[in-house]
Amino acid sequence: MKIEGKRAIWSEYQKEIADDRYFYVRSCIRQNFFPGSEVAFLRIMREELGKDVYEHPCHTTCSGIGYHGDVVPVETAMTVVARQFALMTEAGYKNYVPSCITSFGLYTEILETWHHFPEVEGKVRKQLKKATGREFEIPENLAHASDVIYKFRKEIGAKAKYKLVNKNTGEPLKVVDHIGCHYSKMFPLKGVGGAEYPYVLAGMIEEWGGQVIDYPERRHCCGFGFRQYLVQANRGFSIACSKQKFESMQPYKPDMIITNCPGCPMFLDRWQYVINEMEGKTYGCNGEGIPVFTYEEVAGLVLGYDPWDLGLQMHQIDCEPLLEKIGYEYDPEKKYEINGTVTKINSHSLLNI
Amino acid sequence: MNKHIVVIGAGVAGMEAAGQLSNAGFNVSLVEKDENTGGHLNGWYKLFPDRRRSSEVKDYLDKLINKDGIKVISGTTIEKLVNINGIFSLETREGTEMTADAVVVATGFDLFKSSRKEEYGYGIYDNVITSSDLEEMFRKDKIVLVDGRVPENVGIVHCVGSRDEKVGNLYCSKLCCITAVKQAIEIRELLPETRVFCFYMDMRMGGAHYEEIYREAQEEWGINFIRGKVSEVSESIRKKLIIKAEDTLAGRPLKMELDMLVLMAGMEMSEGGRILAKSAGLETGENRFFASADNHFGSNISNIPGVFYAGTCTAPMNITETISHARATVSDVLNYFKNRS
Repeated sequence: MKIEGKRAIWSEYQKEIADDRYFYVRSCIRQNFFPGSEVAFLRIMREELGKDVYEHPCHTTCSGIGYHGDVVPVETAMTVVARQFALMTEAGYKNYVPSCITSFGLYTEILETWHHFPEVEGKVRKQLKKATGREFEIPENLAHASDVIYKFRKEIGAKAKYKLVNKNTGEPLKVVDHIGCHYSKMFPLKGVGGAEYPYVLAGMIEEWGGQVIDYPERRHCCGFGFRQYLVQANRGFSIACSKQKFESMQPYKPDMIITNCPGCPMFLDRWQYVINEMEGKTYGCNGEGIPVFTYEEVAGLVLGYDPWDLGLQMHQIDCEPLLEKIGYEYDPEKKYEINGTVTKINSHSLLNI
Repeated sequence: MNKHIVVIGAGVAGMEAAGQLSNAGFNVSLVEKDENTGGHLNGWYKLFPDRRRSSEVKDYLDKLINKDGIKVISGTTIEKLVNINGIFSLETREGTEMTADAVVVATGFDLFKSSRKEEYGYGIYDNVITSSDLEEMFRKDKIVLVDGRVPENVGIVHCVGSRDEKVGNLYCSKLCCITAVKQAIEIRELLPETRVFCFYMDMRMGGAHYEEIYREAQEEWGINFIRGKVSEVSESIRKKLIIKAEDTLAGRPLKMELDMLVLMAGMEMSEGGRILAKSAGLETGENRFFASADNHFGSNISNIPGVFYAGTCTAPMNITETISHARATVSDVLNYFKNRS
């Protein structure tokens, strides 16, 4: 592996990311999967970086999950997206920041389609006006929320209370990054670092002290793949995809996985539990699973946030072994505390416990 | 005849054209960007179809241009080409000016930069090399991996940068299939225990003796030809190359561990040609090579009277075709002056 070769490619895939005044749109599934991540993003942006981030209460799903699940036609998806842009326009913002990778992919695809087929954009404008009376401007800047964190990775690094370093050995943590298929595989120029050697998460890892693992199946789908999971009959294929990745990364002894997409952490996390139940196999060190995090959670950990405020208790694979490795100060007793009340969970069948 | 012709580019086409123009009685200046003449020929060891040493062709061309009527100006490029009342004014990079009664453009081709096909990992993984790199190994009579070991399994990827809409090259580079076959046999000759797998879209064996070599490669050398493109390359923890491809004849995806991967880099219009086209107003085609005045009757003729083309600056061609094309230029130059007088 020649790192200079990768750096040459990375230098060709840099994108413009707005500096401030973001219109932030949440994911329709992340708040169920890992609800602390988007909260952490807002906290980092507003409290740590002092940025203006606006959320609109009328924002809905982008319909991307239905579009990629083959149940929502593209024209419907375009009109829903046009309405989101109208909300941004009405709020007086121009920099659109989706939390979800599939949304980011869908927005990119729609903007590219409108660019090449302006008559389609015209038709969608008419449909939106007729249905809602709304009008919209095209965003001046479209960046995924991870792009924004990547942009400010040095500022976050400067405030870091913890590094992605093993406190006992002093070695950088070995981190698997997974960017999600809809981030740059469809439009490599729209992703930091492109599609083959993406840099958006790798840049964060490097900046915060970790070391990226380059394993053979790093480009492979996490297993979600929409129809792979949403169609119940295909779920064997979904878990097989995830397993292929785990088998491939295991020899590198990764300390953690960092993800970019709503689906990826869900499937890389939950399927480890299922594989353990089915085959009694784990992929981390000492018979443990490999902890899986979102990039916001990792940024929050680096900044020293309470892991339970970040929602790490919502993960199937326990985060505690990693926290110990970093030397994190936290209260394990508060893991299941909700509004001052501790909810006891029977965790015998959970991994790592 | 006392006419002065400037030939731009001293690869195979430029050298042949210069030699034949001199034989026809013209004074010739042969301008070459490199210090040495010969162009891509210098980087090749043996040539298809008969595996003649490239040095033999170079020796022939050197003798052809080593005469009083040909002045070789090396280590410079032509930055400016202007037609003033039928006389061409040329200026080199250093600002040296010269005039010519006619100009032959023989700026050749550049090998496709294989790092642009990022999924193959050229410039990323140590043992991913190009056909040109392999030729260097043949010259040294030694095929080894970066760590000095002998490769046990070698893959060859055809059509790298050719017939590929993603990189903007829709055309076939014509030489890659036969180069792959030649190099696969040469690997087996040097390393009889090494297995070779060629990944192809179509086997385009259109030249004289090509099909026979292709058959020989399969029957005598046991080379495996798999119809399907490699989709991605990665590296295992043991530093082996892991490739994914599709065997379209078997209708199955394929995953394979290799020690070395050789990329058959295609041909593109040279950078020098592109600069010249822009500065002189020479027309180029959709494939970005110089556009000939007529595909059948004027493949050496440009859109500027008095400027002619020779060789691969107009399209991919092999050495045999390049030499024929360069010789044809002389006929068009002679007709040009005949019609003017």
